[in-house]
Amino acid sequence: MTFDILLQTLASGVLIGLIYALVAIGLTMIFGVMDIVNFAHGEFLMIGMYSSFWMFALFHLDPMLSLPLTALMLFAFGVLLYKLLIVRIVNAPMVSQIFTTFGLMILLRGLAQFFWKPDFRSIENSFVAGSFKLGQVQLGKPQLVAGIGAIVVTGLIYFFLTRTKLGAALEATAADKEAARLMGIDSHRMFALAWGIGAACAGVAGVLLSTFFPIFPEVGATFILIAFVVVNLGGFGSVTGAFWAGILVGVIEVMGGLLLGPEYKLAIVLVLFLGVLMWRPQGLLGKA
Amino acid sequence: MKTFANNFLVRAVLLGMGFGAATIAQAQPEVKIGVIYPLTGAAASSGAEMRDALELAVDIINNGAKSVPQLPFAAGGGLPNLKGAKIKLVFADHQGNPQVGATEAERLITQEKVSAVMGAYFSNVTATASMVAERYKVPFLNAESSSASLTQRGFKWFFRTTPHDDLFVRNQFEFLKDLKAKKGIDVKSIATFNENTLWGNETTKLQAKLVPENGYAMARQIVYPARSTQLTSEVQTLKAAAPTVVMQSSYLGDALLSMKTYKELGFSPDMILANDAGFSDTEFTKTLGKDADYIISREVWALDLAKNNPLIRQVNDLFMSRYKINFTGNSSRTFTGLMVLADAINRAGSTEPEAIRKALTETDIPASKLIMPWKGVKFDADGQNTLGQGILVQIMNGQNNTVWPFDVAAREVVWPMPKWDQRK
Repeated sequence: MTFDILLQTLASGVLIGLIYALVAIGLTMIFGVMDIVNFAHGEFLMIGMYSSFWMFALFHLDPMLSLPLTALMLFAFGVLLYKLLIVRIVNAPMVSQIFTTFGLMILLRGLAQFFWKPDFRSIENSFVAGSFKLGQVQLGKPQLVAGIGAIVVTGLIYFFLTRTKLGAALEATAADKEAARLMGIDSHRMFALAWGIGAACAGVAGVLLSTFFPIFPEVGATFILIAFVVVNLGGFGSVTGAFWAGILVGVIEVMGGLLLGPEYKLAIVLVLFLGVLMWRPQGLLGKA
Repeated sequence: MKTFANNFLVRAVLLGMGFGAATIAQAQPEVKIGVIYPLTGAAASSGAEMRDALELAVDIINNGAKSVPQLPFAAGGGLPNLKGAKIKLVFADHQGNPQVGATEAERLITQEKVSAVMGAYFSNVTATASMVAERYKVPFLNAESSSASLTQRGFKWFFRTTPHDDLFVRNQFEFLKDLKAKKGIDVKSIATFNENTLWGNETTKLQAKLVPENGYAMARQIVYPARSTQLTSEVQTLKAAAPTVVMQSSYLGDALLSMKTYKELGFSPDMILANDAGFSDTEFTKTLGKDADYIISREVWALDLAKNNPLIRQVNDLFMSRYKINFTGNSSRTFTGLMVLADAINRAGSTEPEAIRKALTETDIPASKLIMPWKGVKFDADGQNTLGQGILVQIMNGQNNTVWPFDVAAREVVWPMPKWDQRK
């Protein structure tokens, strides 16, 4: 087990962890602001991937160029979903909320398979294709760009939440819906905003992933499971928590797989996760 | 008077027509066959190909096909010994989930009242679904699952036309021996890289036995969780083990991901010996393009076998004209499976499960009536077809080329695989 291999694995772990983080940030935002677990979040990722694919296949638009377009589309889609569907279950019992988002997940997957067939698609020869060596470490360009993209988006979200008035309003609604209302902050607008941003985050993660991961209707399932672990680990509602937890999970998964055996990699992540939950149930950076 | 006569005549004619219609209806019963395949889920594209194959077979049997005169039932008109009864397929989607497969089998048997069941591609789903069929005493014909244990359960109602992994994996070792004998190519160490469902695990156990038995060093045995988001740690481990040959068993999603990771991390052994499945799917070569070249996979079928068997070219042309793709090892076996089942039901002359089961045990189909490179179809006491055979193909320019057995090879094998930076 040479140092090179360890360094290589660490780099790969951080890069995939950043993707996990980006997916989780959208999810944690929705939960933080309105206490709804969005089971269909993986499908936003899937739609983002397909959007990137179709723009590449039909209009020869590189994923890096179509990224802002996809982000805007997913934002609008998230807001639309809120206004048409989620607004009806905001005050419903949790079971109804779970059923709704779960049903949405199945609907979106089914529609994707119906319109785009179950075949695997992929984007080859995009602008960021290829790999390069940084010292002894071989990095895939798509993965590196995806990692950097995830950092940039997280930074933007963080900046939005902490430095802008609208962001403060969102945080206020997350902290105490009623008090925020009393201050004149319209909860429904904030919820719609949260859904829009959440969907856009997952969509951007999808675009970044589409440069190196196969695209198919069920791809959301693979990532949503890990996203849930990341959100729990980082603390429901905490964006910075989701960020660091995502990186942590990515590194543990890959390093653990290398050092203890690939068949255990998910088990290691989940054991650590159990440990954190027992010692600190609100997650690493969650509000107690 | 006239009115009375008219009335009587009209009623008599109507009555006669009624009886006639009833007799016609009775002379056209259907034979319902339940088919359980992954129509959604990660293997949905494989499932779609197999569904196409089934529909083609049923269409040939029910409506005939002039372009394939040597194929049984090509005259059309349904099953002759059942007075032209047409076959009706009742589809069920198992989504790649063994529990769903079992539930669907139960639904097909108890509610749809099918006379026989076919399925399910995934070995783990076939295992559970066929258990249900065994319990209800309904014949279950399996055409594509290769886990050896499926025909080691002492079942009476389970029949498998495809050869199983035991044979296929042994084929790979025979190939390596032939390589040494005929081309002087030496393999020092082998690493196994398999997914972790029933299929991958059984293959791993078998390879663990056969690698040392054949005198090779086992560099490393890696079992990875199917449907991972990334395979970095797995490929790193492989790289560290530095094997001459990697023997890999992956379904489509993992096959694609692993190849991309090999390229990204610059891992290129002398050869990748793949265990069919994902590597045989049309999507694999379509997605990877040139990166898929040089991989050798055990296969059950290849288009270039048509050189020695014109029936293969005829049936493939029919498939291509309809679905715009060639047969693969999967779809060709599914097609063959339905033809074998139809042959048995026809010989049984009845839709009673016990009669079909008995007819299946008496199956004896010669190689000339098959589109597979087999010696025929004949089931042993465990329901396994003993006349099956495998081949090895090498992917070149997106096409499968038969390279072994050397006497039916269409092309010389290229060994070793060029390194990634040497391919352009």
